[in-house]
Amino acid sequence: MVSGLINANPVVYEKKERRLRNLATLPDEYAVEPIDQQEIFDHIRDIKDPEHPYSLEELKVITEDAIEVDHERSYVRVTFTPTVEHCSMATVIGLCLRVKLMRSLPSRYKMDIRVAPGTHATEAAVNKQLNDKERVAAALENPNLLDMVDECLAPSYG
Amino acid sequence: MDLLDGNLELKEVQKLQGHTDRVWSLAWNPATTATDVPAVFASCSGDKTVRIWEQSPSTRSWDCKAVLEETHTRTVRSCAWSPSGKLLATASFDATTAIWENVGGDFECVSTLEGHENEVKSLCWNASGSLLATCGRDKTVWIWEVMPGNEFECLQVLQGHTQDVKMVQWHPTMDILFSCSYDNTVKVWWSEDADGDWSCVQTLGESSNGHSSTVWSLSFNAKGDKLVTCSDDLTLKIWEADIIRMQSGDGYAPWNHLCTLSGYHDRTVFSVHWSR
Repeated sequence: MVSGLINANPVVYEKKERRLRNLATLPDEYAVEPIDQQEIFDHIRDIKDPEHPYSLEELKVITEDAIEVDHERSYVRVTFTPTVEHCSMATVIGLCLRVKLMRSLPSRYKMDIRVAPGTHATEAAVNKQLNDKERVAAALENPNLLDMVDECLAPSYG
Repeated sequence: MDLLDGNLELKEVQKLQGHTDRVWSLAWNPATTATDVPAVFASCSGDKTVRIWEQSPSTRSWDCKAVLEETHTRTVRSCAWSPSGKLLATASFDATTAIWENVGGDFECVSTLEGHENEVKSLCWNASGSLLATCGRDKTVWIWEVMPGNEFECLQVLQGHTQDVKMVQWHPTMDILFSCSYDNTVKVWWSEDADGDWSCVQTLGESSNGHSSTVWSLSFNAKGDKLVTCSDDLTLKIWEADIIRMQSGDGYAPWNHLCTLSGYHDRTVFSVHWSR
């Protein structure tokens, strides 16, 4: 466990208000409502940062605009911004995003997770690891890493 | 499938249930591809087991004949039958390779190959079944010699790749070994003579018109004079070599890029296989 935090004083932002889904406007109760940016954001906004007691939304690590969804092609791309350029937690954050979406979206969805261009010292290396399905699968078999991910994904109340 | 008429449509005939996690790979038993022998294949999974499937000659349906479990402690990533069809080698994220033998219908683990530092990702038997190659995330490729009594001796550990080695494949007619890696290259390993040392005689990288991202797999045509590679860079590349020259003992003949197939896939190409 690293004793000194990588970023001891992160900037904390206000949370965006949550949109309630307007069920009254659905004409057909069996209609499949396309998954959109807002829904993806709702799945990941509360993921906790591995180092600080704040959510990825509060730290502006992820924003709604940084999410691309193509419902027809069942494709999602999430671009996240680590709080510091040499954040060693970038791969953990990326893994958390992937796991949360894997558990929340239909299995046909293809996902790309990447760091925002220019925001990380080893951007290409981090992106490559995060999008290698074999590396991701092997990493998630590591109990320590899995515990860390589950910690970040656990709901916090209040 | 009517290849001559250009009718290449695939039709699902059966869905086989059993595994409880993703199925990573499968392998046809080469001894069972004769017409009067029921076809058999093995599948391996994230559920840490390997399943053996057999086709019933009468009903043509597939049943699970055996579940190879309680051996690997993590995902089983690849499996490969020896050319005789008598042994099955399985590669696991638990860093070991297990060798299984069919003993009267039951599969027994007769040997466990240790040595890799972490996840073993692929393995391949050479054409004669005298050698087994394994590779993994520790960036190495191991060559094992098959000894009597199901003993396996490590002949050499090949270093050279700078990243995770994804797949290994022996040439179909000569003992030349190929490895594909996360370092975007394919390396060719060759030994001058039977008891000699193996070394990397060629690297198919970006400078030789190679891939620009992880190379996941490769496959040879039946003759062995062409090979195809596939990659995370969304392309497939065809390579050729002067096999006649190599087979005549005239030393190593390099592989040259023939063409690149691009624009067909919009996501990583994980696997490729040349029909026989």
